[in-house]
Amino acid sequence: MSANPEQPDDQVTITIDGAEYQASKGATIIEVADANGVDIPRFCYHPKLTAPANCRMCLVDIEMNGKAAPKPMPACITAIGDGMVVRTESERAVSAQRNVMEFLLINHPLDCPICDQGGECELQDLALGYGRGISRFTERKRVVDDEDLGPLVETEMTRCIHCTRCVRFLDEIAGTSELGALHRGEHTEIGTFVGRGIHSELSGNVIDLCPVGALTNKPYRYTARAWEMLSHPTVGPHDAIGSNISLHQVRGTVKRVVPRNNEAVNETWIADRDRYSYQGIYAEDRLQEPIARDGDKWQAMDWQEALESVAGRLKEVAAQDPSQIAAWVSPSATLEEQYLLNRLMRGLGSDNVDVRLRQADTRDGDSPSPGLGMPIAATEDVDAALLVGSHTRHDQPLLNHRLRKAGLNGAHIMALDTRRHDWNYELSEELVAHPDQLARELALIAAAMAAYVGRGVVEGLHAYTGGAEPGDNHKRVAQRLVDAGSALVMSGDAVELHQGGADLRALTALIAELAGAHHGQLGTGANAFGGWIAGAVPYRGADGSPARGMSVAETIADPRRCYVVVNLEPEHDCFDGAAARRALEAAETVVVFSPYVTEAMREYADVILPIGAFGETAGTFVNAEGRWQTFAGVGRPIGEARPAWRVFRVLGNLLSLDRFEYNAPDEIHAELQGLWERQGNPSNGGWQGRPAEPWLGHGSLVRAGNTAIYGTDPLVRRGEALQRTPHAGAARPTLSPATAQQLGVNDGDWISLDQGGPSVRLQASVDDALADSTVWLPAGLEGTAGLGPVHGPINIQRT
Amino acid sequence: MTSQRLAYTYLSDHQREAIDSWRARFPDHDQGRQSAVIQALHIAQEGNGGWLSQQMLDAVADYLELTPVRVYEVATFYSMFHLHPVGRHKVNICQNISCMLCGSDELVRHIEQHLGIGLGETTADGRITLVPEDECLAACTGAPMMLVDEHYYTDLTPEKATAILDSLE
Ligand code: SF4
Ligand code: FES
Ligand code: FES
Repeated sequence: MSANPEQPDDQVTITIDGAEYQASKGATIIEVADANGVDIPRFCYHPKLTAPANCRMCLVDIEMNGKAAPKPMPACITAIGDGMVVRTESERAVSAQRNVMEFLLINHPLDCPICDQGGECELQDLALGYGRGISRFTERKRVVDDEDLGPLVETEMTRCIHCTRCVRFLDEIAGTSELGALHRGEHTEIGTFVGRGIHSELSGNVIDLCPVGALTNKPYRYTARAWEMLSHPTVGPHDAIGSNISLHQVRGTVKRVVPRNNEAVNETWIADRDRYSYQGIYAEDRLQEPIARDGDKWQAMDWQEALESVAGRLKEVAAQDPSQIAAWVSPSATLEEQYLLNRLMRGLGSDNVDVRLRQADTRDGDSPSPGLGMPIAATEDVDAALLVGSHTRHDQPLLNHRLRKAGLNGAHIMALDTRRHDWNYELSEELVAHPDQLARELALIAAAMAAYVGRGVVEGLHAYTGGAEPGDNHKRVAQRLVDAGSALVMSGDAVELHQGGADLRALTALIAELAGAHHGQLGTGANAFGGWIAGAVPYRGADGSPARGMSVAETIADPRRCYVVVNLEPEHDCFDGAAARRALEAAETVVVFSPYVTEAMREYADVILPIGAFGETAGTFVNAEGRWQTFAGVGRPIGEARPAWRVFRVLGNLLSLDRFEYNAPDEIHAELQGLWERQGNPSNGGWQGRPAEPWLGHGSLVRAGNTAIYGTDPLVRRGEALQRTPHAGAARPTLSPATAQQLGVNDGDWISLDQGGPSVRLQASVDDALADSTVWLPAGLEGTAGLGPVHGPINIQRT
Repeated sequence: MTSQRLAYTYLSDHQREAIDSWRARFPDHDQGRQSAVIQALHIAQEGNGGWLSQQMLDAVADYLELTPVRVYEVATFYSMFHLHPVGRHKVNICQNISCMLCGSDELVRHIEQHLGIGLGETTADGRITLVPEDECLAACTGAPMMLVDEHYYTDLTPEKATAILDSLE
């Protein structure tokens, strides 16, 4: 009985408040209403979560085939039918909504004046429309004890209306199920029951979801009111997703960070790293003015003086041998900063500029570009994926969220790393191998795949397999990837840090090629792809022309006389912190551009110039899928600090370099975009680009690791609340039970570790998630700064 | 972690077998296994002196491969699960509407005096726990009534009730 004979089969027509709408069969009333701008009040419903229909706020009047439903129905779970008539504002509907509201307010404290949610509260808003002016409830209200959920989320559980959005979020999206609805009826409480807190890397999203002031932002608490803040759109500065966020600021000071909706990128979620790292903008060690070394002392300078001295020093080295200058730049610097630095360096005659701080092996020098090789949103539709050396859940939280969706839908998500990780869904296969054996494992998968697709023997593979035959697990991985309609094969942070990373990347590319899969390669940083586009890499200019510079790894191994360091702390941010620092300490001239000044910098630098931190600089990040996202700065940088692109522009002029007359970042952006569009798609490495000789391995007790989730860059390491979560803090070197036994180490023992340099004392853990003969010890944690390569030999002493 | 699985530390072979038989009746996925929680908690509670410790709850979650909070929700929802140590006998005096109209308030007062404990407390000799107020126990025709362990005693008077309690070991 279709109202309209031309209507497609999967469409139905419904009438809401007198207007007709066409919608797909199976949609709910609230979905159709939302899509057409009809307001239906709701608390428990959220478009990204399942609908339990427990708040009853969305009751509407329904008529089907001319017959009215006996009572109002919840719009959030009632499916539409052809010819259905819905009244959201009939007397009966409105009275139902008002009655529900009255019940919801019975136990609510109505403490809006002291509630952070005031002014942006769904309960407050709806109470205004549907509440009574006067409460008829004179009995005692219930009070609920608050639970400490950790440093990020504040609780005021008496305000909770039991919509269970937070419970469902942690179940369905975060996959950690840390909160539950405990007890019953009037005694219902939301909590963990045992005081474990919530530790999901996406935990902050419950703050946005909570329709009342029960769950609020802890560091932001009581610091501003919703109506006095201005919202400032920008982009998350920590991972390759480029989550769309807004900074909420008062007179240029950032008070908090919230997500902006972008279905193609972050949907409506953001990771805690992007939400809470803004605290780092206001860290105590922000550098206020340019300073220069004067013997043993540090002298403040004005900008002109400081830049002239820097220009003079750079010119002097360049005049003798420009290849003695190397620039290390953060992979989270903006595209404009990276591009101008590239032009400065090339203008001085040096090609030694690099953003790949954590790439230990650059033997595959001039081919692979970073990136995902497919749209982020499409990853949730893959049928299979292989993640090599990537704890995606921590490295790229919202990519993991997409892959998790695929996995829960039946896709085979598989991983190979030096340990099992704490995933928030079940992988189809998790292969664990000693770091020295990773290449062999990949080669065995490739060999199994070549056999499966009938490609026969792949040239060069034997050097990695050593003639071994693939096992059942390798075959399973290979077959699933080949059989998949859409597949992703991706290497991650741990591959970048690996001494034989070039082999691993080539093998990963080979597997992707054999499987006909998308090929991704993601390291740390918000703009690693941008660095590549901007030519802030030693082997290619921004116009795509080849160059023969030295990588970070090469300028650590073969130290230069002069270094330019932009927005990083080498002891944390380079793959080999100890060696990076040694190189800087031995250099004649070190110029540091940094928002912060540290003790370490005072030891190795000669001039330190204060630049704007995240939020204080306009610019562009290019995310993993190649999306250019441009943002403006919120306010002036602190003190005398200046946005780095301006500093580089002035420096370019002082060095009398051509074409440094930019007035705004968009001019730089436009110039670079022109260069980029003239180039074809970059080649993404591949088996052809494999190193001539396979890397042989360390053959001893080896440190393995990745970059800790809250240790990726200087900003997040100063995010005070994040640093108090269990994901940060002191490193716990972790060993497999067999290795621990061999070395006589017990869980909880204090041990000394060294990698040839100074030793650190840390408390050990024993975990059977690890491969034998390795010590898991990520970078970016307390206690790991002085150590050597994240992947390299390590010694252990019991103390 | 390498620690021994909780289920094998806190649940006996016999208990695990009993849980298996319930588990087998439901589909083997999260929601399916959730259906076995109530029965598993009964089994665990019985073998643990009539109450469920935190470890017991975690052991049940571990054994059913559920996240612990799913088990906490069930254990706190039903008043038949006890989350603190209890006496040898659990006495639940119904105080819902029918029983109240038929004199449960007086019954409670009398029993409290007789045992020297309040609702929610356990006698010093560990013999009896008075379970706090509960829902209607569905024996309104015999109001006022009480539940002693698994047995219903209906049409009570204070004298009848104390006699029953005195006969408990
Ligand atoms: S805490 Fe907030 S989101 Fe969670 S159930 Fe209560 S009202 Fe809903
Ligand atoms: S929004 Fe429909 S019942 Fe809560
Ligand atoms: S009210 Fe006591 S049994 Fe129903």
